[in-house]
Amino acid sequence: MSFYESVRVAMLALTANKLRSILTMLGIIIGVSAVIALMSIGRGVEQFFVQQFTSLGTNLLYVFPGQLSEGPPRQGGRDRGVLTLNDSHAINNPLRVPDVIAVSPEVSGNALIARAGNDIDVSVSGVTASYLDTLTGDAAIGSFLTDADVEERSRVVVIGSDVFGKLFEPTEDPIDQTIRVNNILFRVIGVMEERGAGIGGANLDEMIFIPLTTVQDRLFRRRTVSGEYQVNIIYASVVSEDRMEAAQEQITELLRERHNISFRGEDDFVIINQSDLISIFGDILGAMTVFLSAIAFISLVVGGIGIMNIMLVSVTERTREIGLRKAVGAKRRNVLSQFLIEAVTLSLIGGLFGIALGAGGAIAATSFIPDFSAVVGLDAIAISILFSMAVGLFFGIYPAYRASRLNPIDALRYE
Amino acid sequence: MFTQPTTTNPPPNGSNAPPDTQPVIQAVELTKTYKMGDMEVRALRGVDLNIQLGEMVAIMGPSGSGKSTLMNIIGCLDVPTTGLYRLDGTDVGILDDNNLAEIRSLKIGFVFQSFNLLARTSAQANVELPLLYAGISGSERHQRAAQALNLVGLDDRRDHKPNELSGGQQQRVAIARALINRPKLILADEPTGNLDTKTSDEIMDLLQQLNRDQGITIVFVTHDPEIAGYCNRVIHFRDGRIESDQSNQPQPAPTQDPLSTGPAVPLTTDH
Ligand SMILES: Nc1ncnc2c1ncn2[C@@H]1O[C@H](COP(=O)(O)OP(=O)(O)O)[C@@H](O)[C@H]1O
Ligand SMILES: [Mg+2]
Repeated sequence: MSFYESVRVAMLALTANKLRSILTMLGIIIGVSAVIALMSIGRGVEQFFVQQFTSLGTNLLYVFPGQLSEGPPRQGGRDRGVLTLNDSHAINNPLRVPDVIAVSPEVSGNALIARAGNDIDVSVSGVTASYLDTLTGDAAIGSFLTDADVEERSRVVVIGSDVFGKLFEPTEDPIDQTIRVNNILFRVIGVMEERGAGIGGANLDEMIFIPLTTVQDRLFRRRTVSGEYQVNIIYASVVSEDRMEAAQEQITELLRERHNISFRGEDDFVIINQSDLISIFGDILGAMTVFLSAIAFISLVVGGIGIMNIMLVSVTERTREIGLRKAVGAKRRNVLSQFLIEAVTLSLIGGLFGIALGAGGAIAATSFIPDFSAVVGLDAIAISILFSMAVGLFFGIYPAYRASRLNPIDALRYE
Repeated sequence: MFTQPTTTNPPPNGSNAPPDTQPVIQAVELTKTYKMGDMEVRALRGVDLNIQLGEMVAIMGPSGSGKSTLMNIIGCLDVPTTGLYRLDGTDVGILDDNNLAEIRSLKIGFVFQSFNLLARTSAQANVELPLLYAGISGSERHQRAAQALNLVGLDDRRDHKPNELSGGQQQRVAIARALINRPKLILADEPTGNLDTKTSDEIMDLLQQLNRDQGITIVFVTHDPEIAGYCNRVIHFRDGRIESDQSNQPQPAPTQDPLSTGPAVPLTTDH
């Protein structure tokens, strides 16, 4: 009997009881759609992060205070794990750190801003003029903070595009208008262009930018014991991608020296580059993938058992048919292959439904989540098809074997 | 092994047959014992039987006397517990499952009491089924099935499903299916058991016609003496043995050469 005939017979048997066939496929459908959704959304998330990080600025190093792992407390009067404005200035010295071309410190916190009865919570980013040298973006209206603003601790503010949208009418000119930040009056000197999400998903468009010195003196007052300005992060722009590691070493050496860390002591700061960040998110994503893959695998197995169950029922129901086929000349292998093809057809159709469902989910995620697009890869589809066929084959073997071993007389007598 | 073109086959039985022709069915001392737990059911208790090519034989006997058991062995669906069975000269006892399937595919057509057509499958496809397993190409399958349906008078019912056909028509489809492989032998276990008298007569006419025109050997089981009257030979079964084996003149024997309807084996009654 030809392959085509076997498939035709299988389709006939499956369409004879559509509801049952669909219920049988459910496990496979769920398993495969999980695989597809998982792979395409996972890939989308990965691309999203890569894109976000690179859109922040290229060849960027992030210097954070503190340690990745807690070590024993160190001697010496210094605050533990603190970065200061002077650290930032020191990194900016081309003699000490030749591979860094721009440095910008940032101190951040949350504040309530108000204008004409509108209150909103925003993230405040205290930065210097060099902010724009490290991170991408510029003022769309007005101008960004200048060195003079930082020097004079001016009460001026540059607002993100979303903040502008919330506080002002679209046609309004915001320049030289005043807004209150934690009840202190600030003069708006600029509005940033749209930039989207920043590190860790924080939306740069919902932030306001104030001179670092002003933030320190008027808003958050973060100083070290010795009275230095404390910062939350230092961005360092590296001259080229292949100098990233060299720059990282130069900064490390400089900061260890500045922080008086002994030869054996651990760093009290952490330098991360974009590829580190991407790989950290990759690790998180990987863990999620393993977890979801386990779910997908379990539902594929459950689906396979469902197929085995229904094929056993089918073999019993069609005992007379099997007897007849054998009586008119079907050999064991004919019967075996017929039922195997049936099981594989069942799981394959389930798999195709699953692919459609999973891809549908991925597309839905794409349209509901802004700036995100899931990628339904051909490899995911190929894997799903192979997997569902394998499940059908594996779980179809036993029922098909049973069918092939039926004695034609017993089968024909079966009521 | 010799093959004979079935269409040009003259009725080779009776006194026309060469004396040394080997029988299609040759059974010696057949026994069949079914084991059911501790119980043994001796369904056949020593059956000797020769049937020549071109005979039409009726098997009668009370229920449980072993008729179906014998038919199954003759049809190579089962093998005897002891004894010898040769089909067309081949010792069937030494064959495995696949060889038996092949013999069924090449030499035997079955007609069942309950028709056993595949549901939701057209008459045409039902008739083609044996050819599928004989590895015949699609176009030839279609053509031969159409011919066979034509022969049983159902050429206008090709696309009908079994549930769209009457009992008699379904049995005709089954007969077409039995014919399709051009078998030497058609076995029918109570082919008219589910049919009314008129339809039964039509089916028997058809079987008789196949036997007469195509020289196909036909063995069938029936409870109806009138149906048995279609045959030139009637075998009576009792308790797993042949009670009697007698030849008679086929009842509706209109314009037939008397020579061609003669007994294949000497008149015997083995009591
Ligand atoms: N597969 C089987 N297993 C056990 N006993 C069987 C089987 N087939 C037939 N028999 C027994 O063998 C005997 C003969 O059965 P069967 O050949 O079907 O009789 P008939 O067709 O003449 O009515 C009966 O007693 C029946 O119960
Ligand atoms: Mg019977």
